[in-house]
Amino acid sequence: MLGWTMAALLALGLAQEAGSTPPEKIKVGVVLSMTGDTAAFGEQTWAGLQVAKEMKPKVLDREIELVLVDDKSDKIEAAVAAQRVVQRDKVVAILGEVASSRSMAIASVAEAKKVPQISPSSTNPLVTQGKRYVFRACFIDSFQGEVIANFAVDHLEAKTAVVFKDIAQDYSVGLASFFKTTFVKRGGKITQELKYQTGDQDFSPQLTLLKSEPPDVIVVTGYYQEAAQIAKQARGLGLKSVFLAGDGAEAPELVQIGGAAVEGLYFSTHFDEKSATTALGDAYVKAFRKKHQTAPDGLGALGADAYFMLAGAIEQAGSAEPEKIRTALEQLKGFEGVSGVITVDAKHNTLKSAVIRTVKNGEFVYVATVNP
Amino acid sequence: MTRPPETGPPGRTSSSDSGAVSGGRVTPPAAEAQISDFRSQKGSGAFVSRAFTVVSIAALYYLSHRLSGTEATYLVHVLTVGTIYAVLATSYNLVNGITGQFSLQPNAFAAIGAYTAAILTLSPEEKAMTFILEPILPPFDRIQLPFLPALLAGGGMAAAFAVLVGLPVFRVRGDYLAIVTLGFGEIVRIVATNAIGLTNGALGLKGLPPYTTLTGAFVWLVVTLVVITGLLRSPVGRAWRSIREDEQAARAAGINVFRYKLSAFVVSAFFQGVGGALLAHLLTTVDPKQFNFFFTFNLLIIIVVGGLGSMTGAVVGSFLFAGGSELLRVVEEPITIAGREFEGIPGLRMVIFSALLIVIMLFFRRGLFGRREFSWSIRGWRGAA
Amino acid sequence: MDLILQQLINLLSLGSLYALVAIGYTLVYGVLRLINFAHGDVLMLGAYLALFLLTGMHLSPVPLPWPLAFAGAVALTALAGVALERVAYRPLRSAPRLSLLITAIGASLFLENFGIVAFGGRPLAFPDVGNLDRVVQLGALSVPILSLWIPGVTALTLGVTFWIVYRSKVGMAMRAISRDRETAQLMGVDTNRVISLTFGLGSALAAVGGIMWSLKFAQVNPLMGVLPGIKAFVAAVLGGIGSVAGAALGGFLLGGLEVLFVAFLPDWSGYRDALAFFILIAILLLRPTGIMGEELPE
Repeated sequence: MLGWTMAALLALGLAQEAGSTPPEKIKVGVVLSMTGDTAAFGEQTWAGLQVAKEMKPKVLDREIELVLVDDKSDKIEAAVAAQRVVQRDKVVAILGEVASSRSMAIASVAEAKKVPQISPSSTNPLVTQGKRYVFRACFIDSFQGEVIANFAVDHLEAKTAVVFKDIAQDYSVGLASFFKTTFVKRGGKITQELKYQTGDQDFSPQLTLLKSEPPDVIVVTGYYQEAAQIAKQARGLGLKSVFLAGDGAEAPELVQIGGAAVEGLYFSTHFDEKSATTALGDAYVKAFRKKHQTAPDGLGALGADAYFMLAGAIEQAGSAEPEKIRTALEQLKGFEGVSGVITVDAKHNTLKSAVIRTVKNGEFVYVATVNP
Repeated sequence: MTRPPETGPPGRTSSSDSGAVSGGRVTPPAAEAQISDFRSQKGSGAFVSRAFTVVSIAALYYLSHRLSGTEATYLVHVLTVGTIYAVLATSYNLVNGITGQFSLQPNAFAAIGAYTAAILTLSPEEKAMTFILEPILPPFDRIQLPFLPALLAGGGMAAAFAVLVGLPVFRVRGDYLAIVTLGFGEIVRIVATNAIGLTNGALGLKGLPPYTTLTGAFVWLVVTLVVITGLLRSPVGRAWRSIREDEQAARAAGINVFRYKLSAFVVSAFFQGVGGALLAHLLTTVDPKQFNFFFTFNLLIIIVVGGLGSMTGAVVGSFLFAGGSELLRVVEEPITIAGREFEGIPGLRMVIFSALLIVIMLFFRRGLFGRREFSWSIRGWRGAA
Repeated sequence: MDLILQQLINLLSLGSLYALVAIGYTLVYGVLRLINFAHGDVLMLGAYLALFLLTGMHLSPVPLPWPLAFAGAVALTALAGVALERVAYRPLRSAPRLSLLITAIGASLFLENFGIVAFGGRPLAFPDVGNLDRVVQLGALSVPILSLWIPGVTALTLGVTFWIVYRSKVGMAMRAISRDRETAQLMGVDTNRVISLTFGLGSALAAVGGIMWSLKFAQVNPLMGVLPGIKAFVAAVLGGIGSVAGAALGGFLLGGLEVLFVAFLPDWSGYRDALAFFILIAILLLRPTGIMGEELPE
């Protein structure tokens, strides 16, 4: 029986292979969590990717075809999905994933099959570490942690800070750790470190602990759902500290859910729609609003940037061969993306400026730009 | 099919032997005829069927070996995932299907196996690079082992953990057992998230050597099946089944119920630890979220859809699960109807998957295989009580 | 002292929310002996329906006032629960229990993925109705108005459930089925009807829980049911699964212990969810059938 099943699968696999025609279009695999517990992140990234594709549907006079494969927020599926797009769809590159853990599972396939991978938003330093074919469109946590810490010291004149981190998210843990290092180095004091896990919705017991000695700033390193919730519950408890957050907080939902409580919250992010640093950024904002009837968010912008980086690399290489794309990506310098001017460094990390924004009257407002 | 002589514990009636008494319905006599035991056949038939088995295993081994070298890496990957699921599912089936203890714990054992093996196979340089929040606890910073010892250690750690938690776990039964085991699974995941010096917390481990191959996984599946069916044919297996059918009666017959439950749990944990370690070295990374309770749910779906208590069902279910969810991707692809292209709907696959799951259960209440097992006998299915 | 009082308010609010969801969970369990994994997802459905009726999206052409919207959502969710039982659970009534459990998991996955495809995976903001968002300052104490409403709703729900289960005729039938379905049927109880009613009632309770949950946390998303589902499961088992009073008690206990744990051991707050299970395991070891549970028939 085992044999039959294997044979059936084998036959199916072969049948599918025989059916594929030589690609005229340039096929690009997109592996995202469209279902499962991080469906929201997959959806946001895909929204940005679609806008990017509409803005630049062709390179080298060949149409780009995005092959979207859902990994249901599951690591095993992410690796299978990567194998699928590489072997069955013969993609020249893979865009994905949001979550670093799944990006790393895809990375093992990308390395083995020698196909470049660009993760839009996996900020965990480990994702590209020691990899030849893996790149990312976002800056890594260490840079962002520094930016937030410096902003807290210089601009907000903060002396004390409380870090509130999501221990289930590598992004959040990393960002918190790098913020702490810089903040302490600059003479600040971390009065308390609070923890939660993704999906938690009640933060009042942790926040109540801060009532007796409120810090100057509360740094929430998690994603927008929880950041909005934390701000709301903190205000409900009468805490008046300033809130600081990372790019994970950037989404229209932050204001929709947080309401008045997120007024005055500062967050670091990649770009600002009103003072986009690049022409592409401006165009993206307009196109995004037109297509989706809502304000662009950070994850979508990074999805778009992964696409533009790839398109740029293909143009630069003059070829859509995976190996040449890889080389071109490695040499990407001063590339004008959606979220700023992008340079890929020797470790395949992305250097670009960060923007600090704040919430004012329910809108995201530009505050400052910080260069790497 | 002849009924084996009643060497098992007494105090059981033949109708409860079939295990089909549920909701007041008693198995019809027709089904009764198929009931047999995991018991080696006698005479030349046994020899032929054993020869068949050995030959087909050798053939599959050769096939898997040949496939591994080809360019069909997608197929190989899916088959490898299916094979690892089969290792996990058959051993899970031992506790849930054979011994009848509703455990929800495979994620904990797989996580322990995966982490143990990963920490042992990672090179010291890789560890130094990976642990950026806190350095890894000595002496693990320097230890590096080959794959096999690491796998065995992974299985061993999981088995040791099973002994440790088995003590409290088997004081409760039924649905209470389910929640307690679910709890232990969650506790392991949360500890893995918090014990940064050992697991690197949420950042996870990466850069594991890609040791897992289809052939390797296949060998482990054969080992798992041989060990488990061997045990099932022994008095131990009969004791396990008697606990499932009627715990009181088993106890009255002088079976040390707790000890047998624990032994099933430990054997199962060992192979789940190995399965977790195989998975880790296939994906080359481990992180805590990988082993959340959805991992357990997937295995539970596999064994129940396959037929609870049937090893054949667990194996087929594993491949159906791994392959089927890939085949279902068709529904999300863009389709062209009458010259117009329609975009795929992301997420539709999972809607259909879950609807299918319900439909399968409605039409195959006992799963696809019930408790039947595959055999070479011309009569076809061999049942196992 | 203020801090402790403040934590007590947190405790009251969280504990009663858990209790509210656990009551519905245990009700279905008590009658069907089914761990209804889909309960949390029915809760999600209730919350979405309430949102749609409130804002005039999809379901209703005009935004409805909140009492109407909430009542409508509760009624619709009850119907959905009855339908779910009819389609996915009833045909399996005589099947092995684990098969039923798998359909429950299937139903749960179906509702979640249907939610993702139909409503989108991103969270939607849940509006504040009747200014429940308000915070009253009592000296150094901050009391969100909602923190008082939730225990009130929970108490009311508990009362109604008690009345139905222990005073009404349907409740008597429910208890009879819970004890012994076969005998109840022989005695002339229309088991199908009663089980349908139980599902309707359980789903209505889930909808009430979903609405309170969304009011407190100001958002809905397709996976919002997973956490309440697990917490309710734990709370129900803690109290003794099948016992209505036990579920309420279990909810309070679970919420209370979580709050106290974080309050007194903030450095260990990463283990908050593990604690819930530790307590559960400890209690089950002392009392293998939960605090107020009875020995289950095999």
